[in-house]
Amino acid sequence: MSADAHHMAGPVGHGGASAGHGHDPHAQSEGGHGTVQSYMTGFVLSVILTVIPFWLVMGNVLDNSLVTTLVILALGGVQMVVHVVYFLHMSTKSEGGWTFMALIFTITLVVIMLAGSVWVMYHLNHNMMPMDAHDVMNNAR
Amino acid sequence: MMHADTAPPGAAAPVFYQTDEEGHHSEGSTMLGFWLYLMSDCLIFATLFATYGVLGRSYAAGPTPKDLFDLPGIAVNTAMLLFSSITYGFAMLEMDRDRIKRTQVWLAITGLFGVAFVALEIREFAHLFHEGAPPWRSAFLSSFYTLVGTHGLHVSMGILWLVVLMVQVRKYGLIVENKRRLMCLSMFWHFLDLIWIGVFTVVYLMGVLE
Repeated sequence: MSADAHHMAGPVGHGGASAGHGHDPHAQSEGGHGTVQSYMTGFVLSVILTVIPFWLVMGNVLDNSLVTTLVILALGGVQMVVHVVYFLHMSTKSEGGWTFMALIFTITLVVIMLAGSVWVMYHLNHNMMPMDAHDVMNNAR
Repeated sequence: MMHADTAPPGAAAPVFYQTDEEGHHSEGSTMLGFWLYLMSDCLIFATLFATYGVLGRSYAAGPTPKDLFDLPGIAVNTAMLLFSSITYGFAMLEMDRDRIKRTQVWLAITGLFGVAFVALEIREFAHLFHEGAPPWRSAFLSSFYTLVGTHGLHVSMGILWLVVLMVQVRKYGLIVENKRRLMCLSMFWHFLDLIWIGVFTVVYLMGVLE
C-alpha cells in the first residue's frame, strides 16, 4: 500500500514539469542538510559525550569497572543517536520513511548478530574449556 | 486502459512513462540507495565487532590492551574525526549557498583532519609492531587489526573520494551531480565517525578497563 503511494508520487508530482523539478531538490535539501545551529548542537553534544567516557576511564573515576563499562556503552549509544540525528539528518520522514525502515532493520540485524555471537561463543568457551595443566596431569594418571 | 488500445491511427503513440523521468528520478533515489549501501557496510562492521567481541580476550599469553593502548593518543584521534565531521558539515552548508570557494576550503580542512587521523593510526600500528604486537601474535590482535584497519581503510578511501570530488567541483562547479556526490560523501564521512564511536568505546576504553 505505502509502496504504491511512494511510487505514484513521482509521476503525479511531476505533472507540471517545472513545478515538480523545483520541488524535489527542495525536499532533498530539507532531508539531507542541516543548519549551522543543528550542526553545532550535534558537535557540542558529541564532544560532551566523548569527553565523559574518556574522563571516566582515564581518571579511574568509578571504582567499579562493570559500572564504568555499562556507563560508557550507554554514552556511546547516545552519541551514535546524536550523530544519526544531527549529522546524518535521519528522521522517520526522510525519503518517505524508507531510510528509517532500513535503519531499524539494520539495527535489528546488528543486535542479533552481536548479542548472539557473544552469547553463543561465551557458552561454547565455557563448555569446551581448554584443558589446563592440572587436567592433563589428572588424565594421564 | 481502453483508450490506449483504441487510439486512432495517426495519433501519437500513447506515453506510458516519460523517459526523461529516469534521470530526474535517480536524483531522489540515489540518497536512499546510498543509505542502503551504508547499512550493508554497517553489517560488515557489525560482523567485525562481533569477531572482536568473541576473540578480544584471547591474548595467547601475549600483550593485553592495557599494555598496548595509549588513551591520550586515541583521544587525539577521536578529536580529529569529530572536527572533520563538523567541518564537512560547514562545507555542506556553504554548498547550499553555492559558494564554491568556501566549500572547497572546508572540504580541504576536512581532508586534512582525515589525513591526520590516518597518519596517527598508522603511527599507532607501527608502534604496536615495534612493541611485539603484530596481528599474528594473538586472536585478540588479529581481530583488533581487522576491525580498526577496516575502519582506517574506509577513512583512506573517503579521503581519496574527497580529493576526486574537489577536482570535480573545481572543474565543473557546484552542478547538481556534484552536489549529489558531495551529499553521498557527507553521509559516508559521518557514518565513519559513527563507527569510530563504537571502536573507541568497545576496543580502546573497554579494553583498558579490564
